[in-house]
Amino acid sequence: MTTVIDKFGRLVILVALLGAAAGCSGIEPWVAPYERDRLADPIMALDGDPVSTSYIQHVYEAREGARGGEGAVGGGCGCN
Amino acid sequence: MKSARQILVTCLLLLAANGVAFAGVLPEDRADVLYHLYTGGGVDIDGPSVLVRKQVGKSTSFVGNYYVDMISSASIDVVTTASPYNEERKQWSLGMDYLRGNTTLRAGYTSSVESDYDAKTYNVSASQDMFGALTTVTLSYAFGDDIVGTSTDPTFERELQRQIYGIGVTQILTKNLIATLNVETVTDEGYLNNPYRSVRYLDPTVAKGYSYEQELYPNTRTSNAVGLRARYFLPYRAAIEAEYRYFTDTWDIQSSTASLTYIHPWRNWTFTAKVRYHDQTGAHFYRDLFPRSQATNFRGRDKELSEMTSTTLQLKLSYEFLNNANGWGFIKKGAVSGSMHMLGVDYHDFSDLTAGAAIGEEPLYKLEANIFQIFVSFWY
Repeated sequence: MTTVIDKFGRLVILVALLGAAAGCSGIEPWVAPYERDRLADPIMALDGDPVSTSYIQHVYEAREGARGGEGAVGGGCGCN
Repeated sequence: MKSARQILVTCLLLLAANGVAFAGVLPEDRADVLYHLYTGGGVDIDGPSVLVRKQVGKSTSFVGNYYVDMISSASIDVVTTASPYNEERKQWSLGMDYLRGNTTLRAGYTSSVESDYDAKTYNVSASQDMFGALTTVTLSYAFGDDIVGTSTDPTFERELQRQIYGIGVTQILTKNLIATLNVETVTDEGYLNNPYRSVRYLDPTVAKGYSYEQELYPNTRTSNAVGLRARYFLPYRAAIEAEYRYFTDTWDIQSSTASLTYIHPWRNWTFTAKVRYHDQTGAHFYRDLFPRSQATNFRGRDKELSEMTSTTLQLKLSYEFLNNANGWGFIKKGAVSGSMHMLGVDYHDFSDLTAGAAIGEEPLYKLEANIFQIFVSFWY
């Protein structure tokens, strides 16, 4: 398990360094803020109904062998 | 575990040290009241869920959620080896988002309580908007501390610890396309069995040809999942979303999950249709029928660990009955939504013992379930 954490840790630190570097980078946004009206439309919200989404993720986690990778952290069982 | 803590602190410091050229945004203030009902396979689960989120000051937002499962179970596992039961699970959670410039720090706590299962989860995360808010990177960590009991033996108590490490990147790709990539590693250590479930093994000394013994799982499990999701704005104001997740773990379960969603607004209505497909291999210690008692070091017959394929069709309809033009006082927007999931699961290595067939000739079990949700949402 230590190996997994070490590998994961190196990846996390790399991403964080990229994030820190972004603060002083010169990359110009290729989609300007005034061009994001469609992305701001409620139908484009990636999680428009958080209560419903977390409930249905719990339903799937209790009935399938897979978990995670969907951008939410949950807890509890209620598995039977 | 020391290294995991060091990684997290390092990352939070790096993100907090970033510039404040672009201001991020806190989640919208909202309240949701939801009723959910799951019915299928001899199991009925229903209950409410209430979520309230409120910004306090300019940089902090608090969120609280209360959720209840009322379970009435006579599932295939229960009717073949135990007695039907009623159970209640209550879960509450509190969380806080703190925004500083283009960095959002979050912390939360969740408690889930059943008569025979107690789970506490602590989570922290940091999100960073970068490249003119085209990109958002999120790092998350959660620690779960569970106590497993049984209703039949009040002295039975086992511990289970869980650690969840996540990285997410959300990227605006074009004026019409946004995508998100999430990688999550989960490690469990402790009592991973279900204390009520049994495995079946060939037993020529009994008339039906098989007997049961308690399952025995490994005490550790590590899983990795990577999920990619993209949503595209169609030219006539509708949206389409595709999602794929690959999962693998140290129990030899591998799965692929894919879904396709279509969202179509019309006046105050929004219609959503989604199809989801999930396919997984079985755990290495899973058997539908073991050749003898204690045949292997680890043994399981939980159908969730069997090779399986599941498909879901979801239909959802929302109606916005309040908007900025006709809001009620401080309430800016209100919507009511109804959703139905039709879930079908084909187990490829889990026999339906209720069919009464001869040993080795039992049909494979199929689960069909419907999941209903109705909820009211207010934004203020």
